[in-house]
Amino acid sequence: MVDIPEHLLQRSAEARAKALGISVEQAMAEMKGQSDPTIISKEPEVKVIDETPAPAAETPAPAAETVTPVKEEHAAETTEKVAAVKIEEKAPAAKTPPPAKADAPDEVDFAPDVKVTQRLLTVVKAKPIQKPVKEPIDKVNTWPHLMLPEFVALMAMTAFLIFLSAILQAPLLEEANPNVTPNPAKAPWYFLGLQEMLSYWDPQIAGVMIPTVVGLILWMAFPYIDRNPETHPSKRKFAIMFYTFFLAGAGTLTIIGVLFRGPGWNWVYPWIDGIWFDDLLDWIHFE
Amino acid sequence: MSFRDRLKETRAKASDGFRGGKLMSSIFRPGSPFRKGYVDSPRNRSYVVMNNVLYHLHPVKVKRHGVRLSYTLCLGGLSFFLFIVLTITGIWLMFYFRPTELAYVDIQNLQTTIAFGSLVRNMHRWGAHLMVLVVFLHMSRVFYHGAYKAPREFNWVIGVILLLLTLLLSFTGYLLPWDQLAIWAVTVGGNMAGYVPVVGAQVKFGLFAGLEATTATLLRFYVLHVLFFPFIIVIFMAVHFWRVRKDGGISGPL
Repeated sequence: MVDIPEHLLQRSAEARAKALGISVEQAMAEMKGQSDPTIISKEPEVKVIDETPAPAAETPAPAAETVTPVKEEHAAETTEKVAAVKIEEKAPAAKTPPPAKADAPDEVDFAPDVKVTQRLLTVVKAKPIQKPVKEPIDKVNTWPHLMLPEFVALMAMTAFLIFLSAILQAPLLEEANPNVTPNPAKAPWYFLGLQEMLSYWDPQIAGVMIPTVVGLILWMAFPYIDRNPETHPSKRKFAIMFYTFFLAGAGTLTIIGVLFRGPGWNWVYPWIDGIWFDDLLDWIHFE
Repeated sequence: MSFRDRLKETRAKASDGFRGGKLMSSIFRPGSPFRKGYVDSPRNRSYVVMNNVLYHLHPVKVKRHGVRLSYTLCLGGLSFFLFIVLTITGIWLMFYFRPTELAYVDIQNLQTTIAFGSLVRNMHRWGAHLMVLVVFLHMSRVFYHGAYKAPREFNWVIGVILLLLTLLLSFTGYLLPWDQLAIWAVTVGGNMAGYVPVVGAQVKFGLFAGLEATTATLLRFYVLHVLFFPFIIVIFMAVHFWRVRKDGGISGPL
């Protein structure tokens, strides 16, 4: 069912109300099927339906017309063939009676007791001659729909940070002394994955090549390497897999560096040998 | 009319007079909720952004799907917000800190004798860790949404530079407490820079202002931390935010 716009329904109802001499509300209700249709006692207009069946020969006429140019195009020897086609096409049309004749008595329903002078058959929606270049985007006002959630997020983050700072003391060890090397000496946590890699490979590779070439150049060039325009995860499985492996690898190395490396960069278990990372001491001990 | 109603009316009149007065009208531009006669209408909602300094950051309208918290998790905004928090707490800390051999004593005094000194220092330190984490998560979110694709390729590049600058800011700040944790973490990090081929020794020398971490390194890192890197990162942030808008706002729905 076509959804008819309200203003067209209204216009139609007004016309109907005028023709039948009823109120617009009544007409509208009838059109929507909410009340029985109005019956007026005026004699029905007699419609004359031409019931004479269309001559059978007329039906295939278009076929014959379409064949004609073929005949003209081709050389004389094809004439007989074309004529045969003509006859074949005529034959079935002549046998079956035209459908209009068979259906006519059923279709012509005067509905003698319902005298509807007009009704809305369909609504043809107007289409612009020019196609708009850009489809309109579903947008909302920044204020308040974006700025209020943002404000709440900022407040939540502030509360979280103050809470964290109130319960966890930032580390402060003894004064810096270049003559006393702690064992192990660890970098900030975000470099510990790198420091862990340094224990596997030559520093030229782990300390320079991987961070600068892989970490920086490849990372920056990534949008220029990945030319797949799709954004849905199901259509860029390789990229998703690549990044997830990177995340897992970097995370594992960092966790190993932070928690599982002790004196001499030897493997330790934090639950047996304790935490060898002073930056996070207070996070674990809660003093 | 009861006394209470009269009081209410007087107060409303005074409030209207103040909000509609010359002072408030000069401060708040048309459409501001702080002005007299603000009503919640589509026109005024547009004005709140358009007639405001916020217009440099946000457009009047944004895509509906981008407002959903589950799409961005607010990570980009929170990175920026943490930077502001770190700037404010950092400026406060500068009042009590000297990047010399007195640095360690200054931190001790900050924690023990100065009101809220310990809290602000903690906020600065944990905020810095949090910012590294949030920036990284923001990058991951952008990657998983494929938001670095055309036309946003270059903004991804700027984003990687911003991540690098965040790490450098955090790393230079790591030395400033001048305790054993700071000096040896920076020594380890600086030694990594020494492995750079050809110019490794020079890079390390430039970073340490000498052959090893000394108070000269402290001063160097201090200047980099409070002046140089913030200056650079603000420029890149400005370009980053500007490109977000010029590239058509937030990336489309998946």
